[in-house]
Amino acid sequence: MSAKANILQALRQGLANAPGPLGDSDYQAAIAPYAFTHADAVTRVKQLLCAAHAEVIDSTHDTWPADLTRVLQQTGMPATLLAPQTDCTLALRAYWADRHDVPSLRLFDQAIDCWKADLFQIDAALTECEGAIAATGSLIIWPTPQAPRTLSLVPPLHIVLWQTRSVWNTLFEAMQQAEWASRLPTNALLVSGPSKTADIQQTLAYGAHGPKRLIVLAIDEPCP
Amino acid sequence: MRTAAQPTATGLEAAQPVVVTQSPFKERAQAALCDRSLRQSFRGAMDFLTAKRAGVFDDPAEWQALSQLGEHIRQRALSKLPDLLEQLEHRCQQNGIHVHWAESTEQANQVVHGILAQHQATQVVKGKSMVSEEMALNHYLAERGVACLESDMGEYIVQLAGETPSHIIMPAIHKSKAQIAALFAEHLPGVPYTEDVDALIQIGRQVLRQKFLDAEVGISGVNFAVAETGTLCLVENEGNGRMCTTVPKVHIAVMGIEKVVEKLIDVAPLYSLLTRSATGQIVSTYLNLINGPRRPGELDGPQEVHLVLLDNGRSQAFADTQLRATLQCIRCGACMNHCPVYARIGGHAYGTVYPGPIGQIISPHLLGLQATPALPGASSLCGACGDVCPVKIPIPALLTRLRTEAARPANEQPHAMRGQGANANLRERQLWRWWRWLNTSPIAYRLLTWLLSRARHHLPKQLKPWTQVRTLPRPAPKTLHELMRQRTGRTS
Ligand code: SF4
Repeated sequence: MSAKANILQALRQGLANAPGPLGDSDYQAAIAPYAFTHADAVTRVKQLLCAAHAEVIDSTHDTWPADLTRVLQQTGMPATLLAPQTDCTLALRAYWADRHDVPSLRLFDQAIDCWKADLFQIDAALTECEGAIAATGSLIIWPTPQAPRTLSLVPPLHIVLWQTRSVWNTLFEAMQQAEWASRLPTNALLVSGPSKTADIQQTLAYGAHGPKRLIVLAIDEPCP
Repeated sequence: MRTAAQPTATGLEAAQPVVVTQSPFKERAQAALCDRSLRQSFRGAMDFLTAKRAGVFDDPAEWQALSQLGEHIRQRALSKLPDLLEQLEHRCQQNGIHVHWAESTEQANQVVHGILAQHQATQVVKGKSMVSEEMALNHYLAERGVACLESDMGEYIVQLAGETPSHIIMPAIHKSKAQIAALFAEHLPGVPYTEDVDALIQIGRQVLRQKFLDAEVGISGVNFAVAETGTLCLVENEGNGRMCTTVPKVHIAVMGIEKVVEKLIDVAPLYSLLTRSATGQIVSTYLNLINGPRRPGELDGPQEVHLVLLDNGRSQAFADTQLRATLQCIRCGACMNHCPVYARIGGHAYGTVYPGPIGQIISPHLLGLQATPALPGASSLCGACGDVCPVKIPIPALLTRLRTEAARPANEQPHAMRGQGANANLRERQLWRWWRWLNTSPIAYRLLTWLLSRARHHLPKQLKPWTQVRTLPRPAPKTLHELMRQRTGRTS
């Protein structure tokens, strides 16, 4: 018999005397402690992100390209990688079009296999996010064909645009209310700060393998 | 016997196996107890981790409710395990993931090597995976000419030193930064000695980034696999797990068959319990939900994803209704952080891949009791492990049960465990038989207690090794029965 058949047979035999499958769980414990108003939820996300060593910059729908440009200028004009066709790329390119004091940009417009080594040389990348989670201060990154997943991983500086109207109290609520189970992308991510490690004598160090810096542009708009 | 890869100057290209000797548990424990620097490392780390955990579970009612939910989710998954595994396979296949089953570590190693051979891969990067340690995968691949580089900082350090992890969450916990500084300076060309932790991490980052770029295949473990969606969940802080599962052309994930959960929403409470119990973080830097290889039109991600499901003795634990609780484990490591034995002897003394209380209850299933006879006894049964377990595994009760199984004669039925009777001892059994007879036969009992009370001054003062740390109590001049009879005025 195959390994699969053997394993399943052993497990089914093991269940022979069991009382049957357990019923559904009561998920109240995953929800109850985290009831925030929208404003509190947004504030909490920002606080927790800052506590996790991310940098949060309050911005608006109209001014974020200028805010971002200023940050990049202060950071020494790193070459910046953008998803090719997203709205934020278009907005930023429009803003940069007739300016000279802006970083060089590179579009992620071909399969990684053709330019992997170059990708590892790029300093910064910009992505959007699906929203945030108040309980833990996490950003939900939802890569798409237009916004590849290495954008938020390989360049040492990761900048995220977060529309603060998208915020859930908990991961549980995000999964349930936004129906993740039926529409997951190839790779969904929670990001809660820059990459870190405490593997050497419990001493916290940032920039282990992922981005060393995480900058969040929080676009505050009135809650609908 | 476990082995570890031997590093080379440039960081492990041509791995050579070295054998970690397996001296008996007590000898290793004794040696660890005499090692000052090792004890300092563990004491410091355990105090740090227990304090951090206490800080994030500061509301006892919330802890109670959430761990109860965690326990229920895990027990529900186990109550449907064979069906959920089939559902997981089906959903993964729909997502484009190739699923492989392996009864033994040998089979699992063959599967992994087979995939590597298909791609003619010679360079592999691996994210932290205890199952791959269980398989001794690095050694297996090294023997076949494939260099498998650990990419978790802790694992990388441990591999560079030719050792194995001493903790399931913090693999290099036994090493001081001075030792790591010396290790880097010795093994990495052009690296000066520095004890600056930031500098050390940046050195590791530079070496490993090149490896992520070059590797043809990435290997990872799995923290939770979701049957409902065919999702593989990875929890980490460093980003090396994301690198291994995103950058190389092929990703192979290895997991124990117990790691499956039924629904995607089950992941949320378990994730919270895991990070808070493991390192006292309310959340890890990354939660990575993998749903398959690159889809048409996508520009990155692996072109092939494989999942290897490993049994290796888990179905034995599953077959017994009490021992099944062992499989609820989410590998947070809290039980070892709170164990007075682990804190003093460290992870290597156990001689198994999984150390500490979780290792003591899982290893006998993976290796058989005959290979792990000392483990069930290596506990004071203080109960700390059971108290902190986020999915309420009754570890002390399981240890007691394993002690019983190890002491029962090998041929006695029912036979729940491989290696039953590993500690069976005829003299001990005879002694207990006598004890039972003495305590159930009134005449014999009276005679013995009368004799002991009358001979109280002539009894030995030492009862080694019991009296090494205790004083032997002396029987009273009269037995309790005698005193009671005197009090009620009756004579015997
Ligand atoms: S037995 Fe419990 S405490 Fe120990 S690692 Fe497993 S889940 Fe954590």
